Amino acid sequence: MERVPVLKIGDILLVSIQVDMSDQTAVQLQEDLAERIVATGCHGVIIDITALAIVDSFVGRMLSTIASISRVLDAETVVVGMRPAVAITLVELGLSLEGIRTALNVERGMELIAATRDDDHGYDDADEPGDQSTDTR
Amino acid sequence: MTAGVDRGHPQAQAIRSDEDVVRVRQLVRTVAVAVRLSLVDQTKLVTAASELARNTLVYGGGGTAEVSTVDNGLRRGVRIVFADDGPGIADLDLALTDGYTTGGGLGLGLSGARRLVDEFDIDTGPERGTRITVTKWSR
Repeated sequence: MERVPVLKIGDILLVSIQVDMSDQTAVQLQEDLAERIVATGCHGVIIDITALAIVDSFVGRMLSTIASISRVLDAETVVVGMRPAVAITLVELGLSLEGIRTALNVERGMELIAATRDDDHGYDDADEPGDQSTDTR
Repeated sequence: MTAGVDRGHPQAQAIRSDEDVVRVRQLVRTVAVAVRLSLVDQTKLVTAASELARNTLVYGGGGTAEVSTVDNGLRRGVRIVFADDGPGIADLDLALTDGYTTGGGLGLGLSGARRLVDEFDIDTGPERGTRITVTKWSR
């Protein structure tokens, strides 16, 4: 089975998917990323899918799952480099990629993560007393 | 079989593992490029093939994908037949509903694949497995 490499650049983990992944490879990547987030303490994950010719429902679900796992582990995930034909196909397929943030390229993805972290430090809405959405009764 | 359609020599790919699903995608892409489908149509067809090949593996217990070129005199296209000897689909209407799944997936495989192709035909029943035929035509 092929394995997708995870690179650490500063405070960010960069995953550039360069192979046509089997489902098993995709699941392995999910696990590898979770471990690397904890091991490195990184607060951002960028998944570059520039080289992916298609994103089907399995890979789409993997991207959503990675975003959710990262969030639980205090890291932001941004998916970058989606090809136009892939975007058109995803929408027609019915995949909404819920919870996934996207950016056009790696550079913008890094800016997005940096901006999100800055926002979090200045204003954390989970601690806002008047915020009804945090009422968990 | 649609009348008046010439079929090119089909290429078959067994579907017995994850890796075979990848091979189906690659075979379909090669044929789609050869009949000059547009990039968006190639992407849609390969994505549909990926969903259906995975269904053949997961629900049908494995099977085959047969890829051929078709020509109706006006346009060329790619036809793929996914066949398995699995249990068959008990409730086809339900299986074609967005979000319905028995396999823990998103329930978009069958319904989504149908939206991505021009022709979609399904023959299924208990004890006779499932045979899904899809066609994508060049514009």
